[in-house]
Amino acid sequence: MSHATTNKATAPADRPAPEVDRRPLARRRRNRILLQVGCILITLFMALPIYLIALSATSSRAALQEFPLSFIPNNFSLETMQTFLQSTGILGGLINSVQVGIFTLLLSLIIGVPAGYAVARFAFPGRDPYQLFLLFTRALPIVVLSVPLAQLFLQTGLYDSVLAVVLLHTALALPTTILITSSVFLGVPRDVEEAARIFGCSPVQAFLKVVMPMAIPGIAAASIFTFVMSWNEVLGASILTLNQRTLPAQVLSSLAESPLAYRFAGGFLLVIPALIFIFFMRRYLTNMWGSTIR
Amino acid sequence: MADISIKGLKKTYPGSTELATNNVSLDVAEGEFMVLLGPSGCGKTTLLRMVAGLDFPDEGSISIGGRDVTYLPPQDRNLSMVFQSYAVFPHRKVRTNIGFGLVMKKVPRDELEKKVAWAADLLQLTPYLDRYPAQLSGGQRQRVAVARAIVMDADVLLMDEPLSNLDALLRLDFRAELKKIVQQLGSTTLYVTHDQVEAMSLSDRVAVMKKGQIAQLGHPITVYEEPADRFVGGFIGSPPMNFLEGRVTQQGALEVAGQSTEAPEFLARSAARSGGLPVMVGIRAENIYLEDRGTPGTLDATVEVVEPLGHATLLTMDLGGQTIKVQVASTVRVSSGEKVGLRFDQAAIRFFDTETQLGLTA
Repeated sequence: MSHATTNKATAPADRPAPEVDRRPLARRRRNRILLQVGCILITLFMALPIYLIALSATSSRAALQEFPLSFIPNNFSLETMQTFLQSTGILGGLINSVQVGIFTLLLSLIIGVPAGYAVARFAFPGRDPYQLFLLFTRALPIVVLSVPLAQLFLQTGLYDSVLAVVLLHTALALPTTILITSSVFLGVPRDVEEAARIFGCSPVQAFLKVVMPMAIPGIAAASIFTFVMSWNEVLGASILTLNQRTLPAQVLSSLAESPLAYRFAGGFLLVIPALIFIFFMRRYLTNMWGSTIR
Repeated sequence: MADISIKGLKKTYPGSTELATNNVSLDVAEGEFMVLLGPSGCGKTTLLRMVAGLDFPDEGSISIGGRDVTYLPPQDRNLSMVFQSYAVFPHRKVRTNIGFGLVMKKVPRDELEKKVAWAADLLQLTPYLDRYPAQLSGGQRQRVAVARAIVMDADVLLMDEPLSNLDALLRLDFRAELKKIVQQLGSTTLYVTHDQVEAMSLSDRVAVMKKGQIAQLGHPITVYEEPADRFVGGFIGSPPMNFLEGRVTQQGALEVAGQSTEAPEFLARSAARSGGLPVMVGIRAENIYLEDRGTPGTLDATVEVVEPLGHATLLTMDLGGQTIKVQVASTVRVSSGEKVGLRFDQAAIRFFDTETQLGLTA
C-alpha cells in the first residue's frame, strides 16, 4: 500500500515542462570573457613599458632613432648596456643596491618576524598603541627623517656607508613587515603550536619548526615588499650617501644630463633585479602545501 | 605507562573571576581510560590542559607515575595528545606528521620508520603517507592526529574531544576503533568530551564535571543508573532523566502529581520522623511502562506528543501538570490526547533532595 502512494507522489505532473532558459548561461559566459579581456588589458598596461624599456636597452643607439619604432628586437646589441655599465659609479651603485636590498631584507625579517609574532600571539600591555605607533614611521616623509639621520650618521661616522642606507630602509620597512607577518601568524592556529610543544618542542623549536613554515607566504610577501621598497627608494639613499650611492640614487643624479640610451639602460637595470627577486619569491607566496592558493 | 594523580587543582584564567577548576582532585590508575564529561565551560578542558602542561594551575599538584610535573613544560612530561581540531602540521606530509614526536625524541631512523609504518597500518593511513594533510578528509586527518599520538609510547595519552569534529556516522565508526586501539595499547588515557554517549561507551570510569568541580566519579553504568545529584541525572542520558516534584507523607506514601504510591523504606522512615518530606523523584524514560488507565499502582497521565525514533518511540506526557518523557517500544500504538496509566519501575526510581539537589540513598 505504501508502495502505491510513493508511485503516485512521484508521478510527473500533467502540464508540459517549461522551456529551459539558457540566458543566464550566456550572461555568465559573456562576463567571463569580459573578465579575461580586463585581465589582458591590465597585464599589457604593466608589461608593455617594461618590454619597451628592455627593447630599447638592448637595441643599438641608431635603432632608437628609427621611425616607426620596431616592436620586434631585430637589431639586438649590447652596446647601450655596455656603455651604461662602464660609466662611472654604475657598477658600484649596482653592488651597493644589491647589498642594501639584501641586508635590509635580513635585518627587517630578523626584527620584524618576532615582533609580528608577539603582536599576533600575546596580549601585552600597550599592544594597540604599539601597533598604531608602528604606522607613524610611515606617516613622516622620508625627507623629514633623512636630514636628522644624516646629521646623526655624520656624527657617528656612519654617513656615506651601505649600513646607513640599510638602517634607514629597515626602519621604513619594519612597520609593513610587522603588520604583514602578524596577520599571518594570527592565521596559524594555537593548537598546532601546542601540538608541537606536546610532541617535544621547546617554545623556540615550536616556532621555528611549525609556526614559521606555516607563515612562509606572509614572510615572502613581506620580503618582496621590503626588497622592492629598498631597491626603489631614492630620496633617503641620496641624502645619506655621497660616494656609496645606490643604483637609483646614482642614476637619478646623472639622469638629467644623459642621452636617451643611457636612460633606457638605467631603467632596464633598475627593473630587472626586482623582477628576478619577485619571480623567485612568487612560489612561496602562492604555494601552500598540497593546496595551491590562486 | 603511569598513573596520574591530581590534587586540589585550582585555576583562574586571567581576566576572569570564576574558578575554571575549583579544588579538583582525581586519581587515574595505570592503564585506565578516564573520561572527563561535562557541559562547555565546566573546566574539563582546563583540567586536561593543566595535565598536558599547556596551562599551569594556581594551586595544587599533578604527578604522573609518582613524578611531580605540576609546573614542568609539556615536552618534559612524556605524554601525547590528540586535539579537537586535529592540529596536524599542514606543511608536513602524513609520514613526517606521524613521526614528528619521534624525531624530536631523536629515535633512530629504522625504529622510527617501523613505528610510523605500524601506526599507519593500524589507522589505515598507509596509502596516504606521502600526502599533505590538506589532501585528506577530516576523518583521515583525525586518524593522522591519533597515529601521531600513539607512536610516542607516552606515559599518558590525552584526548580533547577528538571525535567532535567528525560527522555522526564517522564518529560512531571511529569511536569503536579508538576503543580498540587504546585497549591494545593499554595506555593511561584521559579523555575529554561533552558527549555523554562517548563517555558511556569508552570509559572505564567517568568524571562528570560541573562548574569547575567533579560532580560524580564512577563506573559509567553506575553514573547512569545512580546519579549523585540532579545535574548528573539531567546531563547523562538521552532523553535526560525525568524529575518530578513529589512528597513522602508521614504515613510513608509517595505522592506525585496528586496521586500516591508506596515510598521506599528509608524515605518513609525519615518522613515519619520529620512529619513529611518533599522530594525530587528521578526516573529515566525507559523505566516507565504504559498501562491501561486505572490499573492499580499506576499514575494517570495524558499523551501530548508522540515522536517515533525508529528503535523506540518517545512520548511526552502530562502527569498532573508536570511534563514527563516516556520511552516505549516502537510497536506500541498511541496517539496524542490519549489517557493512559504509567507504572514506574520501582527499582529504577531515584530520589533527590529538593534543596541540595543531591541524591538520597538508604
